[in-house]
Amino acid sequence: MLAIVNKTYFFTLLLLIPALHGCAETEATDYPLTAAAEGIYFHQGAHEEATPDNHGAIANIGFIVGESCVAVVDTGGSYLEGQQLRNAIRNITETPICYVINTHVHPDHVFGNAAFLEDNPVFIAHQRAPAALAGRQPFYEESFQELLGDAWQGTEFIPASKLVNIDQPLELDLGGRIIKLESYPTAHTDHDLTVLDKKTRTLWTGDLLFVDRTPALDGSINGWLDAMQHLLKIDVEVMIPGHGPISYQGDKTALESQIRYFEAIREGVRSIINDLGTIEEAIREVAVDEADNWLMFEEYHRRNVTAAFVELEWE
Amino acid sequence: MKRTLKALPLFGLLLMTVAAPLKAETSDTPEWQALKVTHFGDRPIRENATDLLELEAPFRAEDAAIVPISIRSKQPQTADNYIQNIHIIIDRNPMPYSANFHLSPSLGTVDIATRVRVDRYTHIRAIAEMNDGSLHMVAEHVRASGGCSAPAMKDAEAAMARLGQMQMRMRQPTIGQPVQAQVIISHPNYSGLQFDQQRRTYIPPHFVRTIDITFNDEALIKLEAGISVSEDPSVRFVFTPETSGVLKATAEDSKQDIFTTEQQI
Repeated sequence: MLAIVNKTYFFTLLLLIPALHGCAETEATDYPLTAAAEGIYFHQGAHEEATPDNHGAIANIGFIVGESCVAVVDTGGSYLEGQQLRNAIRNITETPICYVINTHVHPDHVFGNAAFLEDNPVFIAHQRAPAALAGRQPFYEESFQELLGDAWQGTEFIPASKLVNIDQPLELDLGGRIIKLESYPTAHTDHDLTVLDKKTRTLWTGDLLFVDRTPALDGSINGWLDAMQHLLKIDVEVMIPGHGPISYQGDKTALESQIRYFEAIREGVRSIINDLGTIEEAIREVAVDEADNWLMFEEYHRRNVTAAFVELEWE
Repeated sequence: MKRTLKALPLFGLLLMTVAAPLKAETSDTPEWQALKVTHFGDRPIRENATDLLELEAPFRAEDAAIVPISIRSKQPQTADNYIQNIHIIIDRNPMPYSANFHLSPSLGTVDIATRVRVDRYTHIRAIAEMNDGSLHMVAEHVRASGGCSAPAMKDAEAAMARLGQMQMRMRQPTIGQPVQAQVIISHPNYSGLQFDQQRRTYIPPHFVRTIDITFNDEALIKLEAGISVSEDPSVRFVFTPETSGVLKATAEDSKQDIFTTEQQI
Protein backbone atom coordinates (compact mmCIF):
# COMPACT_ATOMS: atom_id res chain seq x y z
CA MET A 1 0.00 0.00 0.00
CA LEU A 2 2.76 2.42 0.86
CA ALA A 3 4.41 1.63 -2.44
CA ILE A 4 1.39 2.89 -4.30
CA VAL A 5 1.49 6.10 -2.39
CA ASN A 6 5.18 6.51 -3.09
CA LYS A 7 4.46 7.06 -6.74
CA THR A 8 2.32 10.01 -5.92
CA TYR A 9 5.14 11.93 -4.33
CA PHE A 10 5.18 15.50 -5.67
CA PHE A 11 1.72 15.00 -7.08
CA THR A 12 -1.57 15.96 -5.65
CA LEU A 13 -3.58 12.83 -5.72
CA LEU A 14 -7.21 13.23 -5.03
CA LEU A 15 -8.51 10.18 -3.29
CA LEU A 16 -12.23 10.17 -3.24
CA ILE A 17 -13.07 8.15 -0.20
CA PRO A 18 -16.52 6.65 -0.57
CA ALA A 19 -18.81 7.21 2.37
CA LEU A 20 -18.51 4.26 4.68
CA HIS A 21 -21.60 2.62 6.01
CA GLY A 22 -20.78 4.14 9.40
CA CYS A 23 -21.31 7.67 8.23
CA ALA A 24 -23.88 7.04 5.55
CA GLU A 25 -26.44 7.69 8.26
CA THR A 26 -25.26 11.23 8.59
CA GLU A 27 -25.34 11.54 4.80
CA ALA A 28 -21.78 12.76 4.82
CA THR A 29 -20.60 13.55 1.36
CA ASP A 30 -17.27 12.35 0.04
CA TYR A 31 -14.30 13.55 1.99
CA PRO A 32 -11.48 14.06 -0.49
CA LEU A 33 -7.90 13.68 0.67
CA THR A 34 -4.74 14.98 -0.90
CA ALA A 35 -1.53 12.98 -0.63
CA ALA A 36 1.11 15.53 0.27
CA ALA A 37 4.00 13.08 0.36
CA GLU A 38 4.53 9.39 0.95
CA GLY A 39 2.23 8.39 3.83
CA ILE A 40 0.98 11.92 4.45
CA TYR A 41 -2.57 12.89 3.62
CA PHE A 42 -4.72 15.91 4.29
CA HIS A 43 -8.16 17.23 3.59
CA GLN A 44 -8.16 20.78 2.30
CA GLY A 45 -10.73 22.92 4.10
CA ALA A 46 -13.11 25.29 2.35
CA HIS A 47 -12.40 29.02 2.39
CA GLU A 48 -15.61 29.73 4.27
CA GLU A 49 -16.77 30.44 7.78
CA ALA A 50 -18.04 27.40 9.70
CA THR A 51 -21.66 26.65 8.77
CA PRO A 52 -24.07 23.73 9.17
CA ASP A 53 -23.51 22.93 5.49
CA ASN A 54 -19.71 22.64 5.66
CA HIS A 55 -19.94 21.28 9.25
CA GLY A 56 -16.87 23.27 10.15
CA ALA A 57 -14.59 21.61 7.57
CA ILE A 58 -12.69 24.80 6.81
CA ALA A 59 -9.12 23.96 7.90
CA ASN A 60 -6.51 21.59 6.50
CA ILE A 61 -6.39 18.49 8.67
CA GLY A 62 -4.89 15.07 8.09
CA PHE A 63 -2.51 12.35 9.20
CA ILE A 64 0.89 10.74 8.88
CA VAL A 65 1.17 6.96 8.50
CA GLY A 66 4.13 5.12 9.98
CA GLU A 67 4.77 1.38 10.16
CA SER A 68 3.52 1.10 13.72
CA CYS A 69 1.54 4.27 14.36
CA VAL A 70 -0.65 6.86 12.71
CA ALA A 71 -0.40 10.44 13.95
CA VAL A 72 -3.42 12.63 13.27
CA VAL A 73 -2.64 16.32 12.76
CA ASP A 74 -5.74 18.33 13.72
CA THR A 75 -9.20 16.84 13.77
CA GLY A 76 -11.49 19.35 12.11
CA GLY A 77 -14.27 21.73 12.91
CA SER A 78 -16.86 19.32 14.31
CA TYR A 79 -17.27 15.83 15.66
CA LEU A 80 -18.73 14.97 12.27
CA GLU A 81 -15.59 16.07 10.44
CA GLY A 82 -13.48 14.16 12.95
CA GLN A 83 -15.47 11.04 12.09
CA GLN A 84 -15.01 11.65 8.39
CA LEU A 85 -11.28 11.96 8.87
CA ARG A 86 -11.20 8.80 10.97
CA ASN A 87 -13.13 6.89 8.33
CA ALA A 88 -10.78 8.18 5.68
CA ILE A 89 -7.79 6.95 7.71
CA ARG A 90 -9.36 3.54 8.17
CA ASN A 91 -9.93 3.34 4.44
CA ILE A 92 -6.20 3.69 3.90
CA THR A 93 -4.64 1.84 6.79
CA GLU A 94 -5.44 -0.33 9.81
CA THR A 95 -2.31 0.92 11.62
CA PRO A 96 -3.26 2.08 15.14
CA ILE A 97 -3.89 5.76 15.70
CA CYS A 98 -1.43 6.42 18.52
CA TYR A 99 -1.33 10.22 18.50
CA VAL A 100 -3.74 13.06 17.92
CA ILE A 101 -1.82 16.31 17.58
CA ASN A 102 -3.51 19.71 17.77
CA THR A 103 -1.55 22.54 16.16
CA HIS A 104 -3.61 25.00 18.29
CA VAL A 105 -7.08 25.09 19.83
CA HIS A 106 -9.11 27.06 17.30
CA PRO A 107 -12.41 25.27 16.69
CA ASP A 108 -11.70 24.29 13.08
CA HIS A 109 -8.65 22.33 14.27
CA VAL A 110 -9.80 20.60 17.49
CA PHE A 111 -13.54 20.05 17.42
CA GLY A 112 -13.13 16.61 15.86
CA ASN A 113 -10.96 15.31 18.73
CA ALA A 114 -13.79 13.26 20.25
CA ALA A 115 -14.05 11.13 17.10
CA PHE A 116 -10.70 9.57 18.05
CA LEU A 117 -11.47 8.74 21.69
CA GLU A 118 -12.19 5.14 20.78
CA ASP A 119 -8.59 4.79 19.57
CA ASN A 120 -7.36 5.87 22.99
CA PRO A 121 -4.59 8.00 21.48
CA VAL A 122 -2.25 10.41 23.25
CA PHE A 123 -3.56 13.93 22.61
CA ILE A 124 -0.62 16.28 22.12
CA ALA A 125 -0.40 20.08 21.96
CA HIS A 126 1.59 23.15 22.97
CA GLN A 127 2.19 23.63 26.69
CA ARG A 128 -0.24 26.54 26.79
CA ALA A 129 -2.96 24.83 24.76
CA PRO A 130 -5.04 23.40 27.65
CA ALA A 131 -5.32 26.81 29.32
CA ALA A 132 -6.18 28.42 25.99
CA LEU A 133 -8.89 25.84 25.33
CA ALA A 134 -10.37 26.19 28.80
CA GLY A 135 -10.35 29.97 28.52
CA ARG A 136 -12.24 29.90 25.24
CA GLN A 137 -14.55 26.99 25.95
CA PRO A 138 -17.63 28.88 27.20
CA PHE A 139 -17.44 31.27 24.24
CA TYR A 140 -16.90 28.50 21.71
CA GLU A 141 -19.68 26.37 23.16
CA GLU A 142 -22.18 29.09 22.76
CA SER A 143 -21.13 30.58 19.44
CA PHE A 144 -20.39 27.32 17.64
CA GLN A 145 -23.61 25.61 18.64
CA GLU A 146 -25.23 28.51 16.86
CA LEU A 147 -22.85 28.55 13.87
CA LEU A 148 -22.81 24.78 13.27
CA GLY A 149 -26.41 23.90 14.10
CA ASP A 150 -26.91 20.15 13.83
CA ALA A 151 -23.28 19.64 12.87
CA TRP A 152 -22.37 20.54 16.46
CA GLN A 153 -23.73 17.17 17.69
CA GLY A 154 -21.14 15.10 19.51
CA THR A 155 -18.49 17.82 19.69
CA GLU A 156 -16.50 17.73 22.91
CA PHE A 157 -13.62 19.75 24.31
CA ILE A 158 -10.72 17.38 24.74
CA PRO A 159 -7.55 18.97 26.06
CA ALA A 160 -4.13 17.54 25.30
CA SER A 161 -2.57 15.24 27.88
CA LYS A 162 0.97 15.38 26.52
CA LEU A 163 2.36 18.89 26.21
CA VAL A 164 5.26 20.23 24.18
CA ASN A 165 7.29 23.02 25.74
CA ILE A 166 8.70 25.96 23.84
CA ASP A 167 12.37 25.30 22.98
CA GLN A 168 11.95 21.61 23.77
CA PRO A 169 10.81 19.91 20.57
CA LEU A 170 9.33 16.45 20.90
CA GLU A 171 10.21 13.63 18.51
CA LEU A 172 7.84 10.74 17.95
CA ASP A 173 8.73 7.52 16.21
CA LEU A 174 5.81 6.32 14.11
CA GLY A 175 7.79 3.30 12.89
CA GLY A 176 10.09 3.94 9.96
CA ARG A 177 9.62 7.66 10.29
CA ILE A 178 10.21 10.27 12.96
CA ILE A 179 8.15 13.39 13.34
CA LYS A 180 9.29 16.46 15.22
CA LEU A 181 6.81 18.62 17.11
CA GLU A 182 7.83 22.16 17.88
CA SER A 183 6.07 24.73 20.11
CA TYR A 184 6.36 28.44 19.38
CA PRO A 185 6.28 31.63 21.44
CA THR A 186 3.10 33.65 20.84
CA ALA A 187 2.46 34.03 17.09
CA HIS A 188 -0.86 33.19 15.37
CA THR A 189 -2.05 32.25 18.89
CA ASP A 190 -0.13 31.90 22.15
CA HIS A 191 0.09 28.15 21.61
CA ASP A 192 1.10 27.26 18.03
CA LEU A 193 2.78 23.97 17.25
CA THR A 194 4.25 22.65 13.99
CA VAL A 195 4.84 19.07 12.90
CA LEU A 196 7.78 18.12 10.70
CA ASP A 197 8.02 14.71 9.08
CA LYS A 198 11.76 14.22 8.84
CA LYS A 199 11.53 11.45 6.28
CA THR A 200 9.86 13.48 3.54
CA ARG A 201 10.68 16.93 4.96
CA THR A 202 7.00 17.78 5.05
CA LEU A 203 6.04 20.54 7.45
CA TRP A 204 2.54 20.98 8.84
CA THR A 205 2.53 24.64 9.74
CA GLY A 206 -0.86 24.74 11.44
CA ASP A 207 -2.19 28.27 11.21
CA LEU A 208 1.26 29.82 11.19
CA LEU A 209 0.61 29.82 7.44
CA PHE A 210 -2.56 30.74 5.61
CA VAL A 211 -2.57 30.49 1.83
CA ASP A 212 -5.11 32.58 -0.13
CA ARG A 213 -7.41 32.97 2.89
CA THR A 214 -6.82 36.09 4.99
CA PRO A 215 -4.74 35.08 8.00
CA ALA A 216 -6.35 35.73 11.40
CA LEU A 217 -4.26 37.25 14.16
CA ASP A 218 -5.15 35.91 17.60
CA GLY A 219 -1.71 36.16 19.20
CA SER A 220 1.06 38.63 18.46
CA ILE A 221 1.93 40.32 15.18
CA ASN A 222 5.57 40.67 16.20
CA GLY A 223 5.69 37.08 17.39
CA TRP A 224 4.07 35.79 14.23
CA LEU A 225 6.49 37.70 12.00
CA ASP A 226 9.35 36.16 14.02
CA ALA A 227 7.83 32.70 13.64
CA MET A 228 7.55 33.22 9.88
CA GLN A 229 11.22 34.16 9.67
CA HIS A 230 11.96 30.91 11.48
CA LEU A 231 9.80 28.96 9.01
CA LEU A 232 11.63 30.58 6.11
CA LYS A 233 14.85 29.06 7.37
CA ILE A 234 13.61 25.51 7.90
CA ASP A 235 14.70 23.21 5.12
CA VAL A 236 11.45 21.69 3.89
CA GLU A 237 10.28 20.04 0.72
CA VAL A 238 6.51 20.23 1.26
CA MET A 239 4.57 22.71 3.33
CA ILE A 240 0.98 22.01 4.42
CA PRO A 241 -0.59 25.26 5.58
CA GLY A 242 -3.45 25.54 8.05
CA HIS A 243 -5.63 26.83 5.25
CA GLY A 244 -5.29 26.75 1.47
CA PRO A 245 -3.22 24.82 -1.02
CA ILE A 246 0.01 23.00 -0.29
CA SER A 247 3.45 24.11 -1.49
CA TYR A 248 5.95 21.71 -3.06
CA GLN A 249 9.67 21.66 -3.80
CA GLY A 250 10.56 24.03 -1.02
CA ASP A 251 8.45 26.80 -2.54
CA LYS A 252 7.98 29.50 0.09
CA THR A 253 6.13 32.07 -2.02
CA ALA A 254 3.00 31.69 0.10
CA LEU A 255 4.96 32.32 3.28
CA GLU A 256 6.51 35.41 1.72
CA SER A 257 3.04 36.74 0.83
CA GLN A 258 1.94 36.35 4.39
CA ILE A 259 5.07 38.11 5.64
CA ARG A 260 4.41 40.97 3.24
CA TYR A 261 0.81 41.26 4.50
CA PHE A 262 1.75 41.45 8.17
CA GLU A 263 4.67 43.75 7.53
CA ALA A 264 2.28 46.12 5.74
CA ILE A 265 -0.03 46.05 8.75
CA ARG A 266 2.80 46.53 11.21
CA GLU A 267 4.28 49.44 9.31
CA GLY A 268 0.89 51.12 8.80
CA VAL A 269 -0.18 50.72 12.41
CA ARG A 270 3.16 51.89 13.78
CA SER A 271 3.06 55.02 11.70
CA ILE A 272 -0.47 55.86 12.91
CA ILE A 273 0.51 55.21 16.52
CA ASN A 274 3.61 57.38 16.18
CA ASP A 275 1.45 60.13 14.75
CA LEU A 276 -0.88 59.75 17.80
CA GLY A 277 -3.68 58.60 15.54
CA THR A 278 -6.59 56.48 16.69
CA ILE A 279 -7.42 52.82 16.45
CA GLU A 280 -10.44 53.73 14.30
CA GLU A 281 -8.18 55.48 11.78
CA ALA A 282 -5.92 52.46 11.66
CA ILE A 283 -8.88 50.15 11.08
CA ARG A 284 -10.07 52.34 8.22
CA GLU A 285 -6.73 52.90 6.53
CA VAL A 286 -4.04 50.33 7.18
CA ALA A 287 -3.07 47.86 4.43
CA VAL A 288 -6.47 48.10 2.75
CA ASP A 289 -4.75 47.72 -0.63
CA GLU A 290 -4.00 44.11 0.33
CA ALA A 291 -7.72 43.36 -0.28
CA ASP A 292 -7.12 41.98 -3.77
CA ASN A 293 -4.56 39.48 -2.55
CA TRP A 294 -6.75 37.62 -0.05
CA LEU A 295 -10.05 35.84 0.25
CA MET A 296 -12.39 36.69 3.14
CA PHE A 297 -10.54 39.99 3.61
CA GLU A 298 -13.71 41.74 4.78
CA GLU A 299 -14.17 39.20 7.52
CA TYR A 300 -10.67 39.29 8.97
CA HIS A 301 -8.58 42.25 7.95
CA ARG A 302 -10.03 44.89 10.26
CA ARG A 303 -9.75 42.49 13.11
CA ASN A 304 -6.07 41.93 12.37
CA VAL A 305 -5.44 45.67 12.40
CA THR A 306 -7.34 46.01 15.68
CA ALA A 307 -5.31 43.28 17.35
CA ALA A 308 -2.05 44.66 15.93
CA PHE A 309 -2.85 48.16 17.15
CA VAL A 310 -3.41 47.19 20.79
CA GLU A 311 -0.21 45.18 20.73
CA LEU A 312 1.96 47.78 19.04
CA GLU A 313 0.84 50.68 21.22
CA TRP A 314 2.93 49.05 23.98
CA GLU A 315 6.16 48.93 21.97
CA MET B 1 -40.26 52.31 12.80
CA LYS B 2 -37.00 53.94 13.71
CA ARG B 3 -36.82 55.70 10.38
CA THR B 4 -40.35 57.07 10.74
CA LEU B 5 -39.53 58.42 14.14
CA LYS B 6 -36.37 60.06 12.96
CA ALA B 7 -38.41 61.96 10.43
CA LEU B 8 -40.69 63.40 13.08
CA PRO B 9 -39.90 66.85 14.43
CA LEU B 10 -38.10 66.77 17.74
CA PHE B 11 -41.12 68.09 19.59
CA GLY B 12 -43.30 65.28 18.35
CA LEU B 13 -40.69 62.78 19.34
CA LEU B 14 -40.51 64.15 22.86
CA LEU B 15 -44.27 64.02 23.21
CA MET B 16 -44.40 60.44 22.07
CA THR B 17 -41.67 59.45 24.47
CA VAL B 18 -43.58 60.86 27.37
CA ALA B 19 -46.91 59.48 26.23
CA ALA B 20 -45.89 55.88 25.64
CA PRO B 21 -42.78 53.76 25.79
CA LEU B 22 -40.96 54.09 22.52
CA LYS B 23 -40.87 50.88 20.57
CA ALA B 24 -37.87 51.42 18.35
CA GLU B 25 -37.26 48.07 16.71
CA THR B 26 -33.53 48.35 16.99
CA SER B 27 -33.19 48.92 20.70
CA ASP B 28 -36.33 48.21 22.69
CA THR B 29 -35.80 44.62 23.72
CA PRO B 30 -36.98 42.56 26.71
CA GLU B 31 -33.38 42.69 27.98
CA TRP B 32 -33.43 46.44 27.90
CA GLN B 33 -36.77 46.62 29.66
CA ALA B 34 -35.22 44.70 32.56
CA LEU B 35 -31.92 46.59 32.52
CA LYS B 36 -33.66 49.93 32.46
CA VAL B 37 -35.52 49.16 35.67
CA THR B 38 -32.42 47.71 37.33
CA HIS B 39 -30.25 50.74 36.66
CA PHE B 40 -32.65 53.65 36.34
CA GLY B 41 -35.80 52.56 38.18
CA ASP B 42 -38.83 54.32 36.78
CA ARG B 43 -36.96 57.41 35.58
CA PRO B 44 -37.95 58.34 32.04
CA ILE B 45 -35.27 57.92 29.40
CA ARG B 46 -35.53 59.79 26.14
CA GLU B 47 -34.54 57.34 23.40
CA ASN B 48 -32.91 58.03 20.04
CA ALA B 49 -31.43 61.21 21.50
CA THR B 50 -29.32 61.73 18.40
CA ASP B 51 -29.73 65.50 18.67
CA LEU B 52 -27.65 65.38 21.85
CA LEU B 53 -25.32 62.46 21.46
CA GLU B 54 -23.60 60.34 18.87
CA LEU B 55 -22.44 56.80 19.61
CA GLU B 56 -20.02 55.19 17.19
CA ALA B 57 -19.58 51.44 17.36
CA PRO B 58 -18.50 49.08 14.60
CA PHE B 59 -21.22 47.23 12.71
CA ARG B 60 -19.42 44.03 13.58
CA ALA B 61 -17.24 43.21 16.57
CA GLU B 62 -14.14 42.44 14.51
CA ASP B 63 -12.28 41.26 17.56
CA ALA B 64 -14.56 40.28 20.43
CA ALA B 65 -11.92 41.34 22.93
CA ILE B 66 -11.41 44.85 21.53
CA VAL B 67 -14.39 46.78 20.24
CA PRO B 68 -13.67 50.49 19.98
CA ILE B 69 -16.61 52.76 20.84
CA SER B 70 -16.74 56.52 20.88
CA ILE B 71 -19.28 59.05 22.12
CA ARG B 72 -19.57 62.65 21.06
CA SER B 73 -21.95 65.33 22.26
CA LYS B 74 -23.60 67.59 19.74
CA GLN B 75 -24.13 70.37 22.26
CA PRO B 76 -21.46 72.27 24.17
CA GLN B 77 -20.84 71.54 27.85
CA THR B 78 -21.65 74.72 29.74
CA ALA B 79 -21.78 75.38 33.46
CA ASP B 80 -25.58 75.56 33.26
CA ASN B 81 -26.28 72.70 30.94
CA TYR B 82 -23.92 69.77 30.64
CA ILE B 83 -23.70 66.02 30.45
CA GLN B 84 -22.78 64.92 33.92
CA ASN B 85 -22.55 61.18 33.28
CA ILE B 86 -22.52 58.81 30.38
CA HIS B 87 -23.57 55.30 31.30
CA ILE B 88 -22.54 52.53 28.92
CA ILE B 89 -24.70 49.43 28.86
CA ILE B 90 -23.94 46.37 26.76
CA ASP B 91 -27.15 44.38 26.98
CA ARG B 92 -25.90 40.85 26.46
CA ASN B 93 -22.54 40.95 28.21
CA PRO B 94 -22.19 38.98 31.46
CA MET B 95 -22.29 42.29 33.35
CA PRO B 96 -24.21 44.68 31.09
CA TYR B 97 -23.58 47.87 33.06
CA SER B 98 -20.13 48.45 31.64
CA ALA B 99 -18.96 51.96 32.38
CA ASN B 100 -19.94 55.24 33.89
CA PHE B 101 -18.07 58.35 32.71
CA HIS B 102 -18.38 61.30 35.11
CA LEU B 103 -17.81 64.39 33.01
CA SER B 104 -16.92 67.94 33.92
CA PRO B 105 -18.53 70.97 32.27
CA SER B 106 -14.99 72.28 31.82
CA LEU B 107 -14.40 69.72 29.07
CA GLY B 108 -16.19 72.15 26.77
CA THR B 109 -17.38 69.30 24.64
CA VAL B 110 -17.81 65.57 25.11
CA ASP B 111 -15.65 63.48 22.81
CA ILE B 112 -14.62 60.26 24.52
CA ALA B 113 -13.68 56.78 23.41
CA THR B 114 -12.87 53.47 25.00
CA ARG B 115 -12.66 49.78 24.07
CA VAL B 116 -14.99 47.06 25.28
CA ARG B 117 -15.53 43.32 25.08
CA VAL B 118 -18.49 42.19 23.01
CA ASP B 119 -18.77 38.46 22.54
CA ARG B 120 -22.21 38.20 20.99
CA TYR B 121 -24.78 40.12 19.02
CA THR B 122 -25.89 42.90 21.33
CA HIS B 123 -27.06 46.45 21.69
CA ILE B 124 -24.61 48.94 23.08
CA ARG B 125 -26.21 51.94 24.75
CA ALA B 126 -24.88 55.30 25.84
CA ILE B 127 -27.19 57.06 28.28
CA ALA B 128 -26.40 60.68 28.98
CA GLU B 129 -27.43 61.99 32.37
CA MET B 130 -27.66 65.79 32.29
CA ASN B 131 -26.92 68.02 35.25
CA ASP B 132 -30.69 68.45 35.63
CA GLY B 133 -31.01 64.68 36.08
CA SER B 134 -32.74 63.98 32.76
CA LEU B 135 -31.70 60.86 30.83
CA HIS B 136 -31.10 60.62 27.08
CA MET B 137 -30.11 57.50 25.22
CA VAL B 138 -28.55 56.51 21.92
CA ALA B 139 -28.00 52.86 20.97
CA GLU B 140 -26.23 50.86 18.32
CA HIS B 141 -26.21 47.19 17.71
CA VAL B 142 -23.08 45.23 17.11
CA ARG B 143 -22.84 41.84 15.44
CA ALA B 144 -20.56 39.32 17.04
CA SER B 145 -17.71 38.27 14.82
CA GLY B 146 -17.63 34.71 13.61
CA GLY B 147 -14.78 32.33 14.01
CA CYS B 148 -12.28 32.11 16.73
CA SER B 149 -11.93 35.53 18.28
CA ALA B 150 -12.91 34.63 21.80
CA PRO B 151 -12.74 37.50 24.24
CA ALA B 152 -9.73 35.80 25.77
CA MET B 153 -6.31 37.22 26.25
CA LYS B 154 -4.07 36.85 23.27
CA ASP B 155 -0.90 36.68 25.25
CA ALA B 156 -1.59 36.30 28.96
CA GLU B 157 2.07 36.23 29.96
CA ALA B 158 2.98 39.42 28.12
CA ALA B 159 -0.02 41.17 29.64
CA MET B 160 0.91 40.24 33.20
CA ALA B 161 4.52 41.21 32.66
CA ARG B 162 3.64 44.83 31.94
CA LEU B 163 0.75 45.18 34.41
CA GLY B 164 0.41 48.71 35.72
CA GLN B 165 2.41 50.46 33.03
CA MET B 166 0.61 53.61 31.93
CA GLN B 167 0.76 55.84 28.91
CA MET B 168 -0.53 59.33 28.37
CA ARG B 169 -0.47 60.18 24.70
CA MET B 170 -1.18 63.63 23.37
CA ARG B 171 -0.40 65.73 20.34
CA GLN B 172 1.52 68.90 21.16
CA PRO B 173 -1.12 70.85 23.15
CA THR B 174 -1.73 74.56 22.67
CA ILE B 175 -3.23 76.61 25.46
CA GLY B 176 -6.83 77.51 24.64
CA GLN B 177 -7.10 74.91 21.87
CA PRO B 178 -8.89 71.55 22.09
CA VAL B 179 -6.43 68.68 22.20
CA GLN B 180 -6.97 64.95 21.94
CA ALA B 181 -5.38 62.86 24.67
CA GLN B 182 -5.39 59.18 25.53
CA VAL B 183 -4.73 57.38 28.78
CA ILE B 184 -3.98 53.66 28.64
CA ILE B 185 -3.09 51.35 31.47
CA SER B 186 -1.70 47.91 30.91
CA HIS B 187 -3.88 45.56 32.88
CA PRO B 188 -5.27 42.07 32.14
CA ASN B 189 -8.72 43.15 33.38
CA TYR B 190 -9.63 39.63 34.44
CA SER B 191 -13.37 39.30 34.45
CA GLY B 192 -13.59 36.44 36.94
CA LEU B 193 -15.04 34.31 34.14
CA GLN B 194 -11.73 32.99 32.81
CA PHE B 195 -10.74 29.51 33.86
CA ASP B 196 -7.21 28.61 34.91
CA GLN B 197 -6.65 25.08 33.67
CA GLN B 198 -3.46 24.47 35.60
CA ARG B 199 -5.01 25.42 38.93
CA ARG B 200 -8.45 24.03 38.06
CA THR B 201 -10.12 27.17 39.27
CA TYR B 202 -11.51 30.46 37.99
CA ILE B 203 -9.03 33.30 37.84
CA PRO B 204 -10.36 35.79 40.39
CA PRO B 205 -11.66 39.07 39.00
CA HIS B 206 -8.87 41.62 38.79
CA PHE B 207 -9.73 44.69 36.81
CA VAL B 208 -9.41 48.43 36.68
CA ARG B 209 -12.27 49.99 38.63
CA THR B 210 -11.62 53.68 38.16
CA ILE B 211 -9.57 56.01 36.02
CA ASP B 212 -9.51 59.61 37.26
CA ILE B 213 -8.29 62.27 34.88
CA THR B 214 -7.61 65.72 36.28
CA PHE B 215 -6.11 68.94 35.01
CA ASN B 216 -4.46 71.02 37.74
CA ASP B 217 -6.25 68.85 40.30
CA GLU B 218 -9.63 69.68 38.84
CA ALA B 219 -11.67 66.66 37.72
CA LEU B 220 -12.13 66.30 33.96
CA ILE B 221 -13.27 62.70 33.61
CA LYS B 222 -13.72 59.90 36.05
CA LEU B 223 -14.41 56.51 34.58
CA GLU B 224 -15.97 53.82 36.74
CA ALA B 225 -15.45 50.62 34.84
CA GLY B 226 -16.52 47.00 35.00
CA ILE B 227 -15.36 43.78 33.43
CA SER B 228 -16.73 44.67 30.00
CA VAL B 229 -13.86 47.05 29.44
CA SER B 230 -11.10 45.46 27.34
CA GLU B 231 -7.77 44.46 28.78
CA ASP B 232 -5.37 47.42 28.81
CA PRO B 233 -8.20 49.91 29.46
CA SER B 234 -8.02 53.00 27.29
CA VAL B 235 -9.77 56.36 27.61
CA ARG B 236 -9.42 58.81 24.77
CA PHE B 237 -10.85 62.29 25.21
CA VAL B 238 -10.70 65.85 24.02
CA PHE B 239 -10.18 68.74 26.39
CA THR B 240 -9.07 72.35 26.23
CA PRO B 241 -6.27 73.45 28.56
CA GLU B 242 -7.07 77.07 29.38
CA THR B 243 -3.78 77.55 31.23
CA SER B 244 -0.57 75.64 31.55
CA GLY B 245 -0.71 72.90 34.15
CA VAL B 246 -0.53 69.20 34.85
CA LEU B 247 -2.73 66.59 33.22
CA LYS B 248 -2.82 63.62 35.55
CA ALA B 249 -4.41 60.17 35.38
CA THR B 250 -4.87 57.85 38.35
CA ALA B 251 -6.14 54.32 38.00
CA GLU B 252 -7.25 52.03 40.79
CA ASP B 253 -7.91 48.35 40.32
CA SER B 254 -10.04 45.85 42.18
CA LYS B 255 -7.10 44.94 44.43
CA GLN B 256 -6.82 48.61 45.43
CA ASP B 257 -3.54 48.96 43.59
CA ILE B 258 -3.07 52.50 42.35
CA PHE B 259 -1.26 53.60 39.21
CA THR B 260 -0.59 57.15 38.05
CA THR B 261 0.92 59.09 35.21
CA GLU B 262 1.05 62.79 34.38
CA GLN B 263 2.20 65.32 31.85
CA GLN B 264 3.00 68.98 32.05
CA ILE B 265 1.22 71.18 29.53
